[in-house]
Amino acid sequence: MSQENKSAGIPLPNIFDRPANTVSLTINDIPVTVNRNSTILEAATKAGVHIPTLCHLALDGFDIHSETSSCRVCVVEVEGRPRLVTSCSEKVVEGMVVRTDSPRAIRGRRTNLELLLSNHPRACLTCAKNLDCELQKLARDMSIREITYKGERKRFDIEYSSRAIIKDPDKCIMCRRCETMCNDVQTVHVLSALGRGFDSVVGPAFHADLGETTCTFCGQCVAVCPTAALTEVNETSRVWRALHDEKKHVVVQVAPAVRVAIGEMFGMAPGSISTGKIATALRRLGFDAVFDTNWGADLTVVEEASELVSRIQNGGPMPILTSCCPAWVNFIESQFPDMLHIPSTSKSPMIMLGAMAKSYYAQERGIDPDSIVVVSIMPCLAKKAEAARPELSKDENQNVDIVISTREFGHMLQEIGIDFPNLVESDFDSLMGESTGASIIFGTTGGVIEAACRTAYEILMEEPLERVELTQLRGLEGIRSGTVMFGDTPIRIGIAHGLGNARRLLEGLRSGEYEFEAIEIMACPGGCIGGGGQPYHHGDMDVLQDRQRALYREDRNTPLRKSHENPMIRRIYDEFLGTPYGEKAHELLHTEYTAREKI
Amino acid sequence: MSHLELDMSILEPELLAELDAYIDSLPDPRGSIIAVLHKAQELNGYLPRELQLYVARRTGLPTAKINGIVTFYSFFSEVPSGVYTISVCTGTACFVKGAQEVLDRFREELKLEEDEPMTEDGLFSINDVRCIGACGLAPVVRVNERIFGHVKPDQVSEIIAQHRKEAADAS
Repeated sequence: MSQENKSAGIPLPNIFDRPANTVSLTINDIPVTVNRNSTILEAATKAGVHIPTLCHLALDGFDIHSETSSCRVCVVEVEGRPRLVTSCSEKVVEGMVVRTDSPRAIRGRRTNLELLLSNHPRACLTCAKNLDCELQKLARDMSIREITYKGERKRFDIEYSSRAIIKDPDKCIMCRRCETMCNDVQTVHVLSALGRGFDSVVGPAFHADLGETTCTFCGQCVAVCPTAALTEVNETSRVWRALHDEKKHVVVQVAPAVRVAIGEMFGMAPGSISTGKIATALRRLGFDAVFDTNWGADLTVVEEASELVSRIQNGGPMPILTSCCPAWVNFIESQFPDMLHIPSTSKSPMIMLGAMAKSYYAQERGIDPDSIVVVSIMPCLAKKAEAARPELSKDENQNVDIVISTREFGHMLQEIGIDFPNLVESDFDSLMGESTGASIIFGTTGGVIEAACRTAYEILMEEPLERVELTQLRGLEGIRSGTVMFGDTPIRIGIAHGLGNARRLLEGLRSGEYEFEAIEIMACPGGCIGGGGQPYHHGDMDVLQDRQRALYREDRNTPLRKSHENPMIRRIYDEFLGTPYGEKAHELLHTEYTAREKI
Repeated sequence: MSHLELDMSILEPELLAELDAYIDSLPDPRGSIIAVLHKAQELNGYLPRELQLYVARRTGLPTAKINGIVTFYSFFSEVPSGVYTISVCTGTACFVKGAQEVLDRFREELKLEEDEPMTEDGLFSINDVRCIGACGLAPVVRVNERIFGHVKPDQVSEIIAQHRKEAADAS
């Protein structure tokens, strides 16, 4: 470097006044000093210069990066370099002179974007990602008014057989973010680029349907797709049909993570708590009963904590694994078939509530269970596949009939013109709508096991747990551990979120590196707050933190904070279920797991 | 929409034993996956899905990754080929010297559509390949390892007949 500078006759920059690990450069004449190893893009952000990106993905809080540099819409001019460089991958060097605003840089970015658009359906008006698409936003930001390049367009079949995820490769721009999530982050390894050149496409081996693969339907590919190449299967029309069918009694439930995210679709700040507005909105939509999945979560906690206590008292099997995350269940069934005896057999809160709606609620209200339609609003796409599992049914009836995502719910509200931010607040129906703070934190990593510990402690110790906030279990690190003292007995807890972390934790368990009494696993980074069905965060990790804080805030604001103290849970055991983890509970609230060999 | 029907029993045990021995002889089979796939194709003639899945399971690599490699490199084939693979070079030099007419004539004489893998008797497959680096011989045709230079459409039937005879003599 110094020799090069001497030979070019450029004076050496004075590097002695600065820490050696920083680099100074100018971007559009603005001087900026950044850490060595920064990219031009990172330096530009610090200098307040916006460079458009498309394929680039950096979820720093989770150490998730996708750097394929394939879209080339971030190219900039660097003095002394013959070609434009991709600012997302090019590292800064001392004295670099960067221009993002030169005619050549602007023309380069426009050309690359136009080439991408020339091979795109451009059906924005009827696209699922209309006004939520990063490609569309770029076209607007760059004032594209016509596409000068005409040519062949790729054509592939749309795949939606899983009933959870739609894959429409015609809309794919080969950014490979989905591959990063599926392979590097989740370690599910279902997606790969297939073929080459113009015929290349991202998909499973042999162009198989997603349902034929080990896909867990976690939906993280959908969460990061910049276009509508990957979206959820839209079930809103089925919900409308049920609501307009007079012969049907349509009940609805809402997962905890939905209430801290739905507001984002209506311009509310991330982390706004919308519980009361959701209840009002659901009555406006015309649901016959408005239930809360939190109630189901309280029921799950009582069953799961009873199961934990039973395993502690009867010598195992240990550890117990939480089982409320359906993508995680799909993962363990196909990836760790030798460990299927350790997950809790408790059904998920969503399925428990569905099962109770079609048994207890139907009996209580004198309604024919066959006429009840259970709709679930979930932050999750795997919940769609979970609801369709044949074993989660009773007498030909699925426990849950239709699952829609937080996004689909938002779209239904927009469709009928509900002014969501200004809705008055109301309560969920009391019968299966009352809940505790323990159930609210189900929506974040660490929350389920914290809730379970609050109840298991009191069952086992037969004394009140004074300090309910088990902060040693909280955080956003991928793999965490903490110990909760049950009297003199330490209960060691392991927590993982993201399936790659789950894999590492289970492998550590197998090898003896880890020893735990209980483990919580959530498939999505952050837990359900970062679910594949949530409003798009477009790579902004602060959004997830805001959602997480909101859940803990709501827990603190709730008078009852232990699931077994929920009066409506006590009532259902007294009147209908008998004892927790007893015979009737087993019949209605527990399930089994099957090893699945897939590609 | 399901279309994936895999029948692992089509794989010959002797072939798999030989492939296993090769994989076990490698210090790092995952790092040498292309060599493993070469070996599999050499033993089986082509790489059916079942064989790709077998390699994936045996090496512990994702099936999607294996299929990505197989469909990326033109050397690998997912469909069976005939005893003789006729590769007509359609690189620039051969193309301007009339390779397309030669290619069309081969398809016509062998009654082989573009998407058909081989002739009914299993004797011939046709490939169009990009430059094989013998531009001085344009248009050039390769039948397995044998090279024919300056090929004219009228010579096509003779080339076919020569190989038919060779196959008949061999059997």
